[in-house]
Amino acid sequence: MLQYIIRRILIAIPVLFGVTVLNFFIINLAPGNPVDMMVNPSATPEQLAATKHALGLDQPVWAQYWNWLVQLLHGNLGFSYSTREPVTQILMAHVGPTVLLMGISLIVGYLIAIPLGIICARKQNSWIDYLVTGFSFFGISIPHFFLGLGVIYVFASKLLWFPTGSMNTLGGDGSFIDTFNHLVLPVLVLATGIGGNMVRYVRSSMLDVLGKDYLRTAKAKGLSQFLITNKHALRNSLIPIITVIGIDIPLLIGGAIVTEQVFQWPGLGLLTIQSITSRDYSTLMAINLLAACTVLFANLLTDILYAVADPRIRYD
Amino acid sequence: MGMKLNPNKNVPEMTGTETSGQMVVQFEKEETYLHMVMRRFLKHRLACVGVAVFLLILLIALLAPVIAPQDPAKIFNEFEAPPSAAHWLGTDPVGRDVMSRLIFGAQVSIAVGIGAVAIYVAIGIVLGLVAGYFGGWVDMLIMRLTDVFMSFPYFMVILVLVSIIGPSLFNITLVIGLLGWPAIARLVRGSVLSIKEMDYVKAGVALGYSTPKILFQHILPNALAPILVNATFGVASAIIMEASLSFLGMGVRPPAASWGNMLTQAESITVLSSQPWLWIPPGLMILLAVLSVNFIGDGLRDAIESQNAK
Amino acid sequence: MNMPLDQEKPLLQVKHLKKYYPIKKGVISRTVGYVKAVDDVSFDIYPGETMGIVGESGCGKSTTGRSLVRLEDPTAGQVLFQGKDLATVSQKEMRKLRTDLQIIFQDPYSSLNPRKRIGDLLAEPLLAHKLATKAEAEKKVNEIMEIVGLPKQYKNRYPHQFSGGQRQRIGIARALMLRPKLIICDEPVSALDVSIQAQVLNLLKDLQKSLNLTYVFIAHGLGAVKYISDRITVMYLGKVMELATTREIFEHPKHPYTEILLNAYPIPNPHERNRTQMVIEGDVPSPANPPKGCVFHTRCPFAKDICREKAPGLTGKDHLVACHFPIDEGKA
Repeated sequence: MLQYIIRRILIAIPVLFGVTVLNFFIINLAPGNPVDMMVNPSATPEQLAATKHALGLDQPVWAQYWNWLVQLLHGNLGFSYSTREPVTQILMAHVGPTVLLMGISLIVGYLIAIPLGIICARKQNSWIDYLVTGFSFFGISIPHFFLGLGVIYVFASKLLWFPTGSMNTLGGDGSFIDTFNHLVLPVLVLATGIGGNMVRYVRSSMLDVLGKDYLRTAKAKGLSQFLITNKHALRNSLIPIITVIGIDIPLLIGGAIVTEQVFQWPGLGLLTIQSITSRDYSTLMAINLLAACTVLFANLLTDILYAVADPRIRYD
Repeated sequence: MGMKLNPNKNVPEMTGTETSGQMVVQFEKEETYLHMVMRRFLKHRLACVGVAVFLLILLIALLAPVIAPQDPAKIFNEFEAPPSAAHWLGTDPVGRDVMSRLIFGAQVSIAVGIGAVAIYVAIGIVLGLVAGYFGGWVDMLIMRLTDVFMSFPYFMVILVLVSIIGPSLFNITLVIGLLGWPAIARLVRGSVLSIKEMDYVKAGVALGYSTPKILFQHILPNALAPILVNATFGVASAIIMEASLSFLGMGVRPPAASWGNMLTQAESITVLSSQPWLWIPPGLMILLAVLSVNFIGDGLRDAIESQNAK
Repeated sequence: MNMPLDQEKPLLQVKHLKKYYPIKKGVISRTVGYVKAVDDVSFDIYPGETMGIVGESGCGKSTTGRSLVRLEDPTAGQVLFQGKDLATVSQKEMRKLRTDLQIIFQDPYSSLNPRKRIGDLLAEPLLAHKLATKAEAEKKVNEIMEIVGLPKQYKNRYPHQFSGGQRQRIGIARALMLRPKLIICDEPVSALDVSIQAQVLNLLKDLQKSLNLTYVFIAHGLGAVKYISDRITVMYLGKVMELATTREIFEHPKHPYTEILLNAYPIPNPHERNRTQMVIEGDVPSPANPPKGCVFHTRCPFAKDICREKAPGLTGKDHLVACHFPIDEGKA
């Protein structure tokens, strides 16, 4: 087990390295030159060359990559091409709202989906199973932006129950209640997608376990349905679901970009769109790297959790 | 494995064959694997509805120039007009006919959905076959590359790449296609690892077949079922992806019509609240298209998995 | 029976064949040892004969068989087919050589591609080697199906529509398509019902006569091997224990292990059943950690000190045996 964990971590290291290379490569595809955007248009070619040299942009690509990597290891992500603030600082300002939004959506999505999935498996082919399965298909099929616009139309524009966007009321007190009010609709959108996915996994995993011999034994022993479902089946069917969390993270990040844009939620998703619009590639590169590391870490964690949770699994 | 007795239609009739003296089950109708999957698929009611809806959307896409009442890019004098006899779904803020744009938007969704998936399935199959069959350092390299690609949140990296190389129908198809292969590659590799140990693959080697022949004619056909399921769900996700990119202004751009970019206007609160005909129809079309493909995928999975379980 | 003649040139020579599989452990997959699946095996096979290879599961007989058609690359040693070392010939030449070397697999359920019709499956070898046009191939498929006893209208069927015995006939037919000189039969009847086994064995025997084939026939019991083989190699833990003609092996076994295998083989004549029964005890030791000295000493009723110390070499002229104390004439 310990050996597996060590090996899994060792494998993650070259992958992390690959992530930085690919990330650098993608951003280097960008046409145009950051220098053109930084110096004023009337700069002389000499001035341009000087700025280029100062930024190390006259060096070959691999050397630029190396400089960037060294800076990265020092925690320095460079400066924004558009606002000239340190990228680390910009990132820090936007991480909080995104973590808040994604975290709550994940929790809400799972809290709704897991019990529903269990009920569906218990009452397979009942009306409630069909209803929930239908909803889950809806959840995985509706684009976040359409659902987002839909809930704004209904709950914000027509019913006026919740604000249309942003994280706090402009000029408001920024209280917890205020933030909560702003959170409801975007969380609803993200949790629908996550929950729709999760219900289907829980249902099929539970059905799988319910058909196993040891559960028939439990039934034959006369254990109550409650005990069978909650003690014997649940534990065993939830273990494979751990891996789903690893799959959900990248989907969640993609969903968050669109959702933050629709609701003008001041997180990393909105920052991404703004950086794309202003061609702020240094910020974009940092967000992309942060997102990739999050996914990498989430996958590593779920793999290890999976190994810890399921004693049957042997790795060699 | 072995012979499958089918309780439903094909009552097996037992006959002895003289040549071997063994009992052989002979089907009235010889059912191939494909027939079997088809029969199971057709039992899945939602999947059949999915096929019907998808075919309808495909037909709309193909016949768009014929059935659209107007040129989707033509600008009329009346803009933001509510639905009327002349413009069934009204006109957009620029004065274009929404109904016609809706019909032409089907072309974009179908093109990206099928085009992008075709590209990444091809890449994923080749990489998965090579990694699984040859093993060793080739496998190691491909799998680590897969890990690297899978570490990037799919949508985010597509968004960044498209913004760099420039948004267009061709570019988003290409980018989704070039980034979507890792899941397929892993799937194919897994199948190949088990299939290559089968004696029929060893027999192919012993018979002196070339490696490409073994890979593509003997291994691939037996690994195809899960790829098909995955690719179907992939089409649904590519359609959402295109719509989202176009919605964000990083996909198909006006005046070209895409269901996604038709919804961009609804970011304005006045359009959103007082002109629902502008954004609800394209949104519903996306939902319908994605839902139909997801139903097809679900039906395929059930048909193929219950087959494998027996 | 075609007895091997000394002056005849062997079709296939196996020289000190070794196949070791590394055992990997730990974080960085260090090789901590080897499974010696085949450990220094040598024998010759002459045209027209059938060489039986017998042993318990895990003795390396299948690995040996697969090495003969280069489905396994040997760790050391040589497999010479008509004087050519299979391990060193070029890819191109190997593909050509494969038309002469074929294999029939044990499991008829996994040896046929489930997605191909039988007709295509059989025509494929000819077309892949460009030995026939489509029309010619079809004619040859019809011929071969008749030879192996399958109605030719079954051509359009898929493998799952056949029984185990029929599938094995298809496997044989496929191996015959290229008109090979040597066929490795890797336990071709073990997976079949007893009643079908005899049919398939008879078919193999008839084919050998009519097509002048050479067989290597691998089996875990002596029953089938006695019926079809001219000579028999007895293997244990990757090594050859005894090699002699079928008659010698059955009538004058020299290795205690052979004797034990013979005892496991039921005697058809009830009057002979009173002979002393030697029964084997214990399990086969792990090939990853074979016993020192003679690999059989842990289970040998006659093992002495020297057996635990020194591995016996394979000695003898026509009747080869690897034992410090071979069984004498009359003792058995």
